[in-house]
Amino acid sequence: MIPLSWYLIVAALLFSIGLFGVMSRRNAVAILMSVELMLNAVNINLVAFWRYVWYDNVDGLVWAVFVLTVAAAEAAVGLALIISVYRSRDSVVADELDTLKN
Amino acid sequence: MSFDIVEFLKSLVSLNVAEYLKTVVGDQAWVNFVSDVIGVVIISTFCLLIVIFLIWLERKVIARMQDRIGPNRVGGRYGLLQTVADVIKLLIKEDITPAGADKLAYWLAPFLTVIAALLIWAVMPFAPGVIGVDLDIGVFYVLAISSASVVALLLAGWGSNNKYALLGAFRAVAQLVSYEVPMILSLLVPILLARSMSTVDIVEAQTVPFIFVVPLAAVIFMISALAETGRTPFDLLEAESEIVSGFHVEYGGMKFGMFFLAEFISTLFMSGFFTTMFLGGYRLFGLENLVIGDGWAIGRLLGLIIFFVKMFAVYFLFIWIRATWPRVRVDQILNFNWKFLVPLSLVLILAIAVLDKVIPADAGIYARSSILLLANLLIAMFAIEIMRTVARRKRKESSGDAAMTIDESEHNDVHDAHDSHHEVAAAH
Amino acid sequence: MTTDQVIFIILSVITLGTALLVVTLRNLFHAALALMATFLGVAGLYVMLDAGFLAAAQLLVYIGAISILLIFAIMMTRRLMSADEPAFNSQVWAALVTAVVGFLVVLWAILRLTGLGTEDLSILWRAPVDSKPIGLDVLPYIQNSVAAMGQAFVDPNGFVLPFEIASVLLLAGLVGAIIVAWPKAEDEES
Repeated sequence: MIPLSWYLIVAALLFSIGLFGVMSRRNAVAILMSVELMLNAVNINLVAFWRYVWYDNVDGLVWAVFVLTVAAAEAAVGLALIISVYRSRDSVVADELDTLKN
Repeated sequence: MSFDIVEFLKSLVSLNVAEYLKTVVGDQAWVNFVSDVIGVVIISTFCLLIVIFLIWLERKVIARMQDRIGPNRVGGRYGLLQTVADVIKLLIKEDITPAGADKLAYWLAPFLTVIAALLIWAVMPFAPGVIGVDLDIGVFYVLAISSASVVALLLAGWGSNNKYALLGAFRAVAQLVSYEVPMILSLLVPILLARSMSTVDIVEAQTVPFIFVVPLAAVIFMISALAETGRTPFDLLEAESEIVSGFHVEYGGMKFGMFFLAEFISTLFMSGFFTTMFLGGYRLFGLENLVIGDGWAIGRLLGLIIFFVKMFAVYFLFIWIRATWPRVRVDQILNFNWKFLVPLSLVLILAIAVLDKVIPADAGIYARSSILLLANLLIAMFAIEIMRTVARRKRKESSGDAAMTIDESEHNDVHDAHDSHHEVAAAH
Repeated sequence: MTTDQVIFIILSVITLGTALLVVTLRNLFHAALALMATFLGVAGLYVMLDAGFLAAAQLLVYIGAISILLIFAIMMTRRLMSADEPAFNSQVWAALVTAVVGFLVVLWAILRLTGLGTEDLSILWRAPVDSKPIGLDVLPYIQNSVAAMGQAFVDPNGFVLPFEIASVLLLAGLVGAIIVAWPKAEDEES
């Protein structure tokens, strides 16, 4: 029998690992990968709460599917942007993309 | 709890040995676990061993269709042990890793392909009650595993540290990912008609096999299955005359053997899946429920035999297509998919869904089937008319060609297959 | 330690271990492979939570599409000398501290919620949260969850509006991604 808190702790760990990745990686594609980690953590949370508490309502699953869909769309657009930026600037290091600064 | 030989024979005939052993030994947790493990071992061994037969069958059938004899030296007059000889040759080849190859990706790719090809067999209904696991999302599970197995090709192409392998992998991934869409859309039609995604439910819902109800969906699924498994006419992924045999150019020996194995296993699975979805699986006018005498459920054994006959009939069709049709170019493949198959399958699923709602529920199964069949034929004729108009227009634009007799002017400029070379080269 | 708990621990170790690899590996291609393994672990966790449909959707969407997209993007944005590029930027230690502090805060909230605190939040929960509800009253909801989800997606009182907006979003994403990544006419792309 697995307590709900175990799932929540795993999701929280995954989220903080993703957060660390977003804040500390140089490469823009790596930042996007860490964002995907965070979205997965959110999904685990949603499904765990659906299963343990609100199992009579399918909202949790539906919301998780929407998160999945939006994550897919966001990954596609984000990667297209990264490829386009790489073409014009020859760099995907997030620090070097600072033309809007000052 | 006594071991009764008659009961055991009955359970053997009705393919239910696990249940009988449970009554003998007692229903404990480890008994279930052991019977599950034995089931997994049986399915995997069956898949791996049947490939030996399949390769021999393919070579013999293609040879006969090309007016040759095929293997006839190893293992008697019919070359029955030819595949065994080939496997031994593959096993004793030197295991090379190309210089600069990404070891993890290079080693992982063949195993992932075989794993994915074996995993999908879990939801194949062989006979009434004989299935690995009756998932209520069986068809979706198959689609998910097929989709996830595409990544192994990228690993193979990348890990070879070879530009041509990478190029071949890109084209292979483009083809596989594109043809998932019409496959999913065409599989929605039997799911809609059976009101369930479980393979067993779909077989049980086919009092009239779905190929007579929605033949267009069957054709679209057949085309997508040909493309998903990388069979001719879509086999530019791996044909030897294409860019140095595609993404597995750097693979030799048993690793190449694994790609080969995975292709045959997934082709057989697609034939079995086609019979499950469209030909009625193990059903044949109720023969699979036959129980004679006192509890001899021989119908299940009959159902198994019926399923195998149907599966190998479809597999023969796959081989037949390979032996007779030429290969299609990659841009023609992708054009055909996005400009023809996807709109057609969208229109089909829309029409079937609307008709299914509109036909009154008490219409009876034959009336329902004939209306859906009529709709399918109408859509098919309409699609062919559109293709004809497009082809006629293209013909007028590029006037100067001799009068063409085939409809699709797109498929005019195709490669020759060089199938006999294909044959001999297929041995490695 | 029941078998369920053992399996859960194995899946969590796989998920979290490969997630750590994703954020620390310098070789981006290996990081993408580790990300695929993370997705696989998360799909396993969904199966343990009786959300089989979501597990298959995770396989299909994340491993079958997004991972491939990521690998393509990594291949197309490689620089020649990328082998010795540092993996982390200058604020890696601040990021580490932030992530750890964030996790501790959430951990405290979780432990409070599931019983270690003094306030009685049980008014928010209609079932004991510490145990997965299993029983005859829960089973029909779990078994029919796919059908219920399908109906919720097209129910006017359900989620039909977000469903349609999601399809418009995907269409916009599709068209936008193609246009943004289209090579410009004056660039020669080898």
